[in-house]
Amino acid sequence: MSATILYWSVTLAQIALGIAMILALIRMIKGPRAQDRVLGLDTLYSNGMLLMLVFGIGTGNSLYFEISLIIGALGFVATVALAKFLMRGEVIE
Amino acid sequence: MTLAADLPLWAALLIAFFLLIGAGLALIGSFGLYRLRNFYDRIHAPTLGTSWGTAGIILASVIYFSVVESRLVLHQLLIGVFVTATTPVTLILLSRAALYRDRVAGNPDVPLLHPLTTPLRTSSPENNPAAAHENTDEIKE
Repeated sequence: MSATILYWSVTLAQIALGIAMILALIRMIKGPRAQDRVLGLDTLYSNGMLLMLVFGIGTGNSLYFEISLIIGALGFVATVALAKFLMRGEVIE
Repeated sequence: MTLAADLPLWAALLIAFFLLIGAGLALIGSFGLYRLRNFYDRIHAPTLGTSWGTAGIILASVIYFSVVESRLVLHQLLIGVFVTATTPVTLILLSRAALYRDRVAGNPDVPLLHPLTTPLRTSSPENNPAAAHENTDEIKE
């Protein structure tokens, strides 16, 4: 019973996060300006991080936690660098 | 699904509740990002997924690993602290960059840089009430 509940909730959460990643990807592709694309990339990163955490619950493997921490750190650095580039035209001045 | 067979029912219900809350909030946030019209409206939407979406999935993960390993597992909270600390920083930088780009492009929908002091600087000294007040003080002295 508890295994069934866990299986279906993990599957539904994976489907919802997959749809969320597709919506962020659509906004990143067709976003009218550059800041919309950067915001779509940031949302894609955070949704991928959450999807890795849900994978970790589904498989019972603690390795996915480290993958999701790396994705979060890389998403932060990427968004900060892109915002700096949009502001100044240079990343490192 | 290997270790989930010996999970108690209350833990499975709590994990399912927090997982669905978190994933549903992330989906609503991304749908808002897809659906809203303006950039400054759109930048609010994904914070649903990064605030309580992340918190729900992290709580589900903490409950699952604590019950399965029968000890308190808290290292998922590190992701929560990291996301909570970094998301406002990235969104402030991104929104300020977007505001700068809109001001440079001359978009009339965004406010000016100094909406109170800019008209005073361009007006003549006769129409400036602060300068007139200074002149009367000088005359009294």
